[in-house]
Amino acid sequence: MESEISLTVDGVRHDLVVDTRVSLLDALRERLGITSPKKGCDHGQCGTCTVLLDGRRATTCLALAVAHDGADITTSAGLESGGTPHPLHQAFLDHDGFQCGYCTPGQICSAAGMLDEAESGWPSAVTTDLARDPVLDAEEIRERMSGNLCRCGAYVNIVAAISEVAGRRSA
Amino acid sequence: MIPFDYRRPDDIGTAVATVTGNPRAAFLGGGTNLVDHMKLGVAEPELLVDVTGLTSRDIERLPDGGLRVGAGVRNSDLAADPLVRERFPVLAQALLSGASGQLRNLATTGGNLLQRTRCVYFQDVTTPCNKREPGQGCSALEGYHRHHAVLGASRQCVAVHPSDLAVALAALDAVVRVQGPGGERTIPAETLHRLPGEHPERDTVLEHGELITAVDLPGLPFGPRSRYRKARDRASFAFALVSVAAALDVAGGLVRDVRIAFGGLAHKPWRARLAEDALRGRPAAPDEFRAAAEAELADAQPLRDNGFKVPMARNMLVSVLTELSAEDGAA
Ligand SMILES: Cc1cc2nc3c(=O)[nH]c(=O)nc-3n(C[C@H](O)[C@H](O)[C@H](O)COP(=O)(O)OP(=O)(O)OC[C@H]3O[C@@H](n4cnc5c(N)ncnc54)[C@H](O)[C@@H]3O)c2cc1C
Ligand code: SF4
Ligand code: FES
Ligand code: FES
Repeated sequence: MESEISLTVDGVRHDLVVDTRVSLLDALRERLGITSPKKGCDHGQCGTCTVLLDGRRATTCLALAVAHDGADITTSAGLESGGTPHPLHQAFLDHDGFQCGYCTPGQICSAAGMLDEAESGWPSAVTTDLARDPVLDAEEIRERMSGNLCRCGAYVNIVAAISEVAGRRSA
Repeated sequence: MIPFDYRRPDDIGTAVATVTGNPRAAFLGGGTNLVDHMKLGVAEPELLVDVTGLTSRDIERLPDGGLRVGAGVRNSDLAADPLVRERFPVLAQALLSGASGQLRNLATTGGNLLQRTRCVYFQDVTTPCNKREPGQGCSALEGYHRHHAVLGASRQCVAVHPSDLAVALAALDAVVRVQGPGGERTIPAETLHRLPGEHPERDTVLEHGELITAVDLPGLPFGPRSRYRKARDRASFAFALVSVAAALDVAGGLVRDVRIAFGGLAHKPWRARLAEDALRGRPAAPDEFRAAAEAELADAQPLRDNGFKVPMARNMLVSVLTELSAEDGAA
């Protein structure tokens, strides 16, 4: 069954007709040709399809496009501004935070959402004092980023890249 | 995936009536469990009724010091709520130990509770599974069952309920508010999920079409002294092998009151009433905690490959209660 929806992606509004079965990820990639979010597992397990959905990081493979009519989506590609890479993009480059790059757009969006969550005081499973604002040390970053897998195993450099940006934001 | 219709009704009454009137209809929350199962061919609804815009996304204070959590509250928002963190740390910790940050931003309170009790075979339509197709047999009994139940199982099904949230809610005496075609009813969280018995296809006591609207957390003065611990095969982003939710009230070195529930042991969150009864009035000491855990686990019937869960559950309970009894404010 078909349904008319609109999605704003990286600042551009798109009106489209989708089958109700289409995931948000497939709507982006296959219908709109927006290939920044990648398909890894298609079951919520790898995080490579992560975008910022109405401002929060979310996997798009288990979200139905029809259920997100009107959504405002930012992909990793949309995080740059006027040709200048986002600080997370630059930090991933500086720290070699990838090898093949397949997981990277998901890592970047997840990290962007995660840094906002931490700034809002959200705790994680490794935060010992739930009353205090969390400090993003390596352990916290690893826990908060555990929804993003990297088959190339670039984790050490990914943590270093995110640490650098987190440190600059809290300074 | 089979074709399906999607609706977003304007009010709860219509949503309930719509699902009640169609045996092939289902409510849709964040979709992180239901859509997964639709992709796998395990769930085949012909109509989805999206309730994310209908059920409350608010966390309200109750007069007794408790909280009312709308069924539409996302797992991430519930875990981050300052009152939840202050009054019920066990609940925040349970949520934070589940799934991933980007899934918790989608997952709802109602959907989390009603994610299917399941195992790997349930999710693989090429293998026999009594829960998916009653009468087919259970592939896990003689197959892969490290993750499976040691308490309250039947020969029909040995799956465990995977929700971390549900374990904390069972320990906290939470009450689930449900809207059905005949009106509203309340169900203690502890009794929402069922043991498999002869009907493994039924995970909960809910009737088709009943909608969870909210979860009430009654005030618990010693709620701040509570915690959740989860053992798993990797450090993060994995389901529990065993988990423990506990809250402890100690006065003069004695256990005045205690709440305990286990996850990963049974087809439902396992409220450890035997252990609680054994502990009330007893010294808050590790050997007492150990004896209580052993009393609770005495009826465990492990399968070939999951016997490790019994000492694991015991040791985790002892360590959690020992830590809680040493926390600031312990008298
Ligand atoms: C990779 C992965 C890892 C995970 N790891 C964990 C983990 O470690 N711990 C854990 O606890 N969970 C884990 N989960 C499960 C996750 O928590 C659930 O998928 C999620 O909480 C379900 O919520 P939802 O809103 O997306 O529900 P949906 O998928 O939308 O719905 C689930 C079920 O609930 C029904 N439903 C939804 N809302 C209502 C309502 N208000 N009233 C009545 N019925 C309703 C639906 O019809 C459906 O049957 C994991 C999931 C994935 C994909
Ligand atoms: S344990 Fe339950 S869910 Fe798993 S195969 Fe057996 S019947 Fe199916
Ligand atoms: S493709 Fe969405 S989490 Fe793997
Ligand atoms: S860089 Fe290759 S998967 Fe992460």
